[in-house]
Formats: sequence, C-alpha cells, structure tokens
Amino acid sequence: MTGASAAIARRRRLDIVFQATAAGALIVALAALAALVVDIWAGGAHRLSYDFLTGFPSRRADQSGIWHAITGTIFVMGLTAVLAVPVGVGAAIYLEEYGTRRALARIIEINIANLAAVPSIVYGLLGLGLFVRAMGMGRSVLAGAATLALLALPVVILSTREALRAVPSSIREASYALGATKWQTIWHQVLPMAMPGILTGVILALSRSVGETAPLITIGALTYVPFAPDSIWSPFTVLPIQAFNWLSRPQAAFHENAAAAMLVLLAILLLMNATAIWLRDRQQQGLR
Amino acid sequence: MKYLEPILEHGLLACALLSVGTTIGIVGVLAFETAAFLREVPITDFLFGTEWTPLFATPRFGVLPLVSGTLLVSTIAMLVAVPMGLLIALFLSEYAPQQLRRIVKPVLEILAGVPTVVYGYFALLFVTPLLRGFIPQLSAFNALGPGIVMGLMILPLIASLSEDAMRSVPRGLREGSFALGATRLQTSVRVVVPAAFSGITAATILGVSRAVGETMIVAIAAGQQPRFTANPLVPVETMTAYIVQVSLGDTPQGTLEYRTIFAVGMLLFLGTLGLNLASQWVRSRYREEYS
Repeated sequence: MTGASAAIARRRRLDIVFQATAAGALIVALAALAALVVDIWAGGAHRLSYDFLTGFPSRRADQSGIWHAITGTIFVMGLTAVLAVPVGVGAAIYLEEYGTRRALARIIEINIANLAAVPSIVYGLLGLGLFVRAMGMGRSVLAGAATLALLALPVVILSTREALRAVPSSIREASYALGATKWQTIWHQVLPMAMPGILTGVILALSRSVGETAPLITIGALTYVPFAPDSIWSPFTVLPIQAFNWLSRPQAAFHENAAAAMLVLLAILLLMNATAIWLRDRQQQGLR
Repeated sequence: MKYLEPILEHGLLACALLSVGTTIGIVGVLAFETAAFLREVPITDFLFGTEWTPLFATPRFGVLPLVSGTLLVSTIAMLVAVPMGLLIALFLSEYAPQQLRRIVKPVLEILAGVPTVVYGYFALLFVTPLLRGFIPQLSAFNALGPGIVMGLMILPLIASLSEDAMRSVPRGLREGSFALGATRLQTSVRVVVPAAFSGITAATILGVSRAVGETMIVAIAAGQQPRFTANPLVPVETMTAYIVQVSLGDTPQGTLEYRTIFAVGMLLFLGTLGLNLASQWVRSRYREEYS
C-alpha cells in the first residue's frame, strides 16, 4: 500500500517537473526574442537620427544613411502589391466560387500548397532566369517586385480563400433569389463581406515580402545605389539588403548601421501588422 | 451583364493558372540551366564529388560539401526546434490556462515574423560571441551559432502546428486517461502525443524543409567555405549560402559558374519538394484517422 502511494507521489512530482521544464522551454524562447530585440536596439538605436534616415550610403559609416533603402522598400512593396493582390484575389475567387468541384481546380490547389513551401531563394533564381535575363527587365524595381509578387501570391490566395469561405452561403443564396448573377453576387455581396479578412491576409503577405532578402540578392539587387528609385526601371536596394551589405563588412561601425537599418525595418513591419489588426477590428465592428 | 459573366470567369481562371505557370517557370528555368551545366560536368562528379571549388582556376564541382553544410546546420536547428517546440506545444495545449495561451501564441508569431536577416545579425554578433565564451576554439563563422538561431526561427512553426494537432485530439481520450488515474504528464506522453503523432511528424518535416531552404542566417553567420565536415565549430557553406555568394559577384550569364547556382538550386528545390510532399502525405493520413 505504501509502495503504491509512493509511486503515485513520484508520478505527481514527475508531472510537476515536466510542467516546469515545458514552461522553461517557453521562457527560453521568449527570452531569446527579448535578447534579440535588446541586442539590436543596443547595437543601433544611437545611430537613428534625421541625417541617418534621409542620408545615402557612404564609404564612411558615420555619414551613411538609408533614404535610398527606405524609398526602395516602399517602392518595391507598392509595386508588389499592385501585381500580387488583383491576381491573388482573382485566383482565390475562382477556386472558391467557381471551380470548386473541377479536377483543374484540384490541381491548382495542390500546386499552390506546394508553391507556398518552396524556399524563397528558388523564387530568386526564377526571377533571375525569367525576369532579369529572359524578359530583359534587368536588375530593376520591376524585376524585384515581380519576383516578390510570385512569392507572395500563394499566401494571398490562401488567406483570401479563407476569408471567402467565412462568408455564409445564405448571403449568396439570398442574392441569387433576388435575381443577381454570379458575378453580381460576388462583387456586391461576397467581396465586401470578406474584405477585412482579405486585407489582413494581404498586409501580412506583404509584410513577409518586406523582410525578404535572399530572392532580391539572387536577382542582383545588392549594388551600390546612392539614389532613391524614380521609376520601375531604376536599380534599387531595400532595407534588409542594405543591412546585409553593412553586416558583411568587418568594421563594427558598419554593424551599428546594420542594426539601425534593422530597427527601421522592424518598425515598418510593426506598423504594417498593427494596421492589419486595426483594419480587421474596425471592419468587424462596421459589419455588426 | 450576361455577356460579361463567362469573360470574367475565364479571367479569374487565368489568375489561378498563373500559379501553375509559376511552378512551370521554376522547373523550366532550373531544368534549362541545370541541363546546360550537366553537359559540361558529369552528373556523378556533381552528386558524389567531395570538393566544391567552382571559383578556382581548376574548378571541381562536387556538391557534397554544400549538402553536408546544409544538413549540419539543419540538424543543429532541428535539435533546438523539435524538443523545445514540442515542449511548448504540450505546455500550451495541456497545461497552460486559456489566457496565457491567448497571449503567448501571438508573441510566438512575432518570433516567426522577424526577417531572417535580423536573425543573421543575432547569430553573428550575439549568439556566436556568447558561445565562444564557453567554447574558445569556435570560429567567428561556424555552423553551431546559426544552427541554434535557425532553430529559434523554426520553433514557432513546429510549436504552432504541433499544438494544433494536439488540440484536435478528442477530449474524450484525455478524460479516459485521467479517469484511469493518469497524471497530465502520462496523458500527454502516452495519449496526446501518440494520437497527434502524424500531425507532429508533418510539422517536423515542414520544419526541416524550412531549415534546408533558409538562406540569410547561414549566409551571414556560417561563413563561405565549402567543407565536407560534420564539425559544427568551423566555417561551412550551405547550398543557399553558395547561391548568395555567387549572386553577390557580377557573374556573366552563360558561364559555367552562373549555371552552378541553378544546378544547386535544382537540388534544393527537389529536396524541399520531396519534404513538402512527405509532410502533406503524413497529414492526409492523419485526417483519415479522425473522420
């Protein structure tokens, strides 16, 4: 009898030890995130100034700025959105509203699921072979945005489909009952209702593209670009690439610039994510 | 309006087909350049050679050093990500109160959303110097630091997908276990984990695929020296880091050196595709079990 209760006590102790270990793993992960943020803040916060934000790259670390990279990031991101969003939403509408039972739609679905897991650098090789070389776009904003658009497309499609699926079918049936055509139903009923979900997905997909470095390096965006891009044919650089460039130099002063550029990048990402959440909440309230 | 309907439907279909076009584009570009590469380098030399020196005067094109570098860093990453990811998943699904779960999950998502170049900075200038305090012979560029950081990057993916799998284990199974007098630990290890096993496996395979394809962390912090070794303390080069290294130079199109990155890219694509298909296969079996 005492043996059994001792065994039970041991099991209880093991349970508590395990709970502590598991909670410890979580704390380690959160501590790592905190260390990362603190490390980058400590490394670069003192470099953040008006001159740094509005300056251009220089051979001297303390005179360098990131205006070219900020404008490059915004330009590329905007063009990526213009290319990826209409196509991605269109594809999602087709898969969700039109082709649900067709074999072709099934093939497209499997294809998108696999595309979503292809490493981003492989998209860079596609961009290099197709956009930069075969289509002769060169190392331009357009080539970069087209590459990132293909990369963002699966994410946009998947999140848009989820948003469309959340629209109750009774809305569609009511619209048909009033004599609306399929497209009228989609355009006037389904899309407006799904809009908050679509927007959230689009912003999250774009925020992933903003942080992407590898595919843009592969298409050759890492060049010395001491000016802001002024057309879709301009050569360009973006914040993560500028940070990588500074990080690969041996001098500590350039590492500080890299940390400062990353802080700006993280701030942009934070802003985008906050916008996504705000939009979703606002629209959800509007619907009620 | 009636005439517009079929036009619109076909336009939308064209959008959806663009994704198939992307796949065809990837396979086409990679296959075209890889074929040109293999006309000059025998495929056995490429796949089984242990020296990778394409930029030397007498180039050798054995890809194994790049493969071993990739596997070494990925293994270290998985040694960090799988145990920690599973512990966190078990903690969130079996132990943690609802409120804590609601706070922690978005924070883990932040961890997953940090740009990889930032992780590279962290590996090079924080984790590696920290490790050198314990391991003096560790090089400034090595596989260990970036491997650990890559593990941190993949951890949220594994934790989140595994937790989803654990939470979809029917409540009744747990209650049955508790009724027989099992503790939460026994229930977790003997009931929840086995029941969610295929979901956890699928998450792990997807994590490996992510590790193999990850680029910036290793390009920044692992060095650029292709080396056929399993020693985590010395500089190595992964397949992805090699592609970045060549892309940084201005390699003229049509040279053998230019084609190497597509041949390496093809290997990378096939490897990750295989892993993704395996992950989907495991998960589709899992769905059958509960439907």
